[in-house]
Amino acid sequence: MLNKDGVASIEQVKSRFPSKELLLKPKAITECYEEIPCNPCSTSCPFDAIYIGEDINTPPVVDFNKCTGCGICVYSCPGLAIVTAQIDGDKARFKLPYEFRPLPKKDEVWDGVNRSGEVVCKALVLKVTYTARVDRTALIEVSVPLEFLHEFVTIRRIL
Amino acid sequence: MINKDLVIIGGGPAGLSAAKLAAESGLSSLVVERDFKLGGQLVKQTHMFFGSEKQYAKTRGIDIAKILVDDVLKYPSMIEVMTDTTVVGLYKDKVISLLHNDKYIKVQTKAIIIATGASEKVLAFPNNDLPGIYGAGAVQTLMNVNGVLPGHDVVMVGSGNIGLIVSYQLMQAGVNVKCVIEASNKIGGYKVHASKLKRLGVNILTSHSIKKANGTEYLESIEISELDGNWNYIEGTEKIIEVDSLCISVGLSPLSNLLSMIDVDMKYVNSLGGLVPYIDEHHETSVKNVYVAGDVCGVEEASSAIVEGYLTGLIVAKDLGFKHENYDDLYINFKSQLENLRSGPFGEKTRNGLKEIARDQDAK
Repeated sequence: MLNKDGVASIEQVKSRFPSKELLLKPKAITECYEEIPCNPCSTSCPFDAIYIGEDINTPPVVDFNKCTGCGICVYSCPGLAIVTAQIDGDKARFKLPYEFRPLPKKDEVWDGVNRSGEVVCKALVLKVTYTARVDRTALIEVSVPLEFLHEFVTIRRIL
Repeated sequence: MINKDLVIIGGGPAGLSAAKLAAESGLSSLVVERDFKLGGQLVKQTHMFFGSEKQYAKTRGIDIAKILVDDVLKYPSMIEVMTDTTVVGLYKDKVISLLHNDKYIKVQTKAIIIATGASEKVLAFPNNDLPGIYGAGAVQTLMNVNGVLPGHDVVMVGSGNIGLIVSYQLMQAGVNVKCVIEASNKIGGYKVHASKLKRLGVNILTSHSIKKANGTEYLESIEISELDGNWNYIEGTEKIIEVDSLCISVGLSPLSNLLSMIDVDMKYVNSLGGLVPYIDEHHETSVKNVYVAGDVCGVEEASSAIVEGYLTGLIVAKDLGFKHENYDDLYINFKSQLENLRSGPFGEKTRNGLKEIARDQDAK
């Protein structure tokens, strides 16, 4: 339970996903379930796709028709609570924020981790963006088997 | 005796912001900082900040410190900065004693803004003085300012934002965070911080507290226990965890001691972190021309301290006859930013606390 251990329920997670049809293109999944005073996801979005409004405590709402899955909100979120997700054949593709070193490299295979911190699958690194723009929060693009679409959340170096 | 119009005590987010707005309004000031550099606690905050763009959200604390310091340095003829300088005495006639390079300096000023911030609370348990037991702030200073690893295996006590953020930063530094324990039955800080830790494999144990620390020369292990609904240890739930470091993050209390030296009316307000001054809408205390800004009048996030600093600097300048050309717009802007930052469920404690220390407007 989110309040007790920091793990969002599967219902909470799914409530942030658009329909499978829309997910054929990458979309922002905002895992921000709580009213906290914060709005950089909304103000950083170049497509006006994330709505928070005047009261910055309002949790974000994504307009999936406007969202292009560009990933700017992913590295702009101070809570590292946003990924983009996309269905690509039998794979699920994600862009996720990563703040540990060393960074992964393209074509490496890392562990795929769920919201409880358990390794559930392998993740293939497709792209690593680490420019001045991302301001030390690397944007990592990975693919995992599609069945982990709602379970996968981040990567961990294989020890 | 040196004469000044305004002395700002504390060179953290609130003090720096106050100096900037005072200077913008045309009022010179002296900023006194006891540390060797400006920026307060921001200098060790490597994470991105929350809030809105107006309070530099998504910028890392270390970079916000640079922004605020650079703003102050833009007014070299108006803002004088003294670092490595401690205020050791404050008198009712607004004479301030400073200690700098082993010398006492006396300053007579017309107004004072006290922006001393807050300090960490301690926790009482057997052997809490063993080497290896730190406050979360000390750990952050060691890691993020001095580049020193505080230990190898750590348990964090307290799941407020500081506990959660410092745990994450410990992991970034390569330290093994064994768990976070929290006496309450729910996580104290933002859940996004908790989720970040949990997916790294760190468990947050709610309804758990530390019973004692073990070790002879230094910390070797801790004993934790589950708590019942009345905060009592549940017998038989004790567990030993081997650690070489323990990090205490159980809240902050306002550093309001200086205010007591000039008999400012104070009140103990739990939701604001401890002993705080009564203030009016203009952040003025019961002593005329003595103002406060930031955590010293209620513990909050640095975002609020920045805006409180701007607001107080603006007001003090006007009260001394230097009205900013955009005073009215800025006043409304800063007030609404503070209202917005405090309007959610996390702002409830501050909202309630501030009602308790509101001075009667007629008294001014």
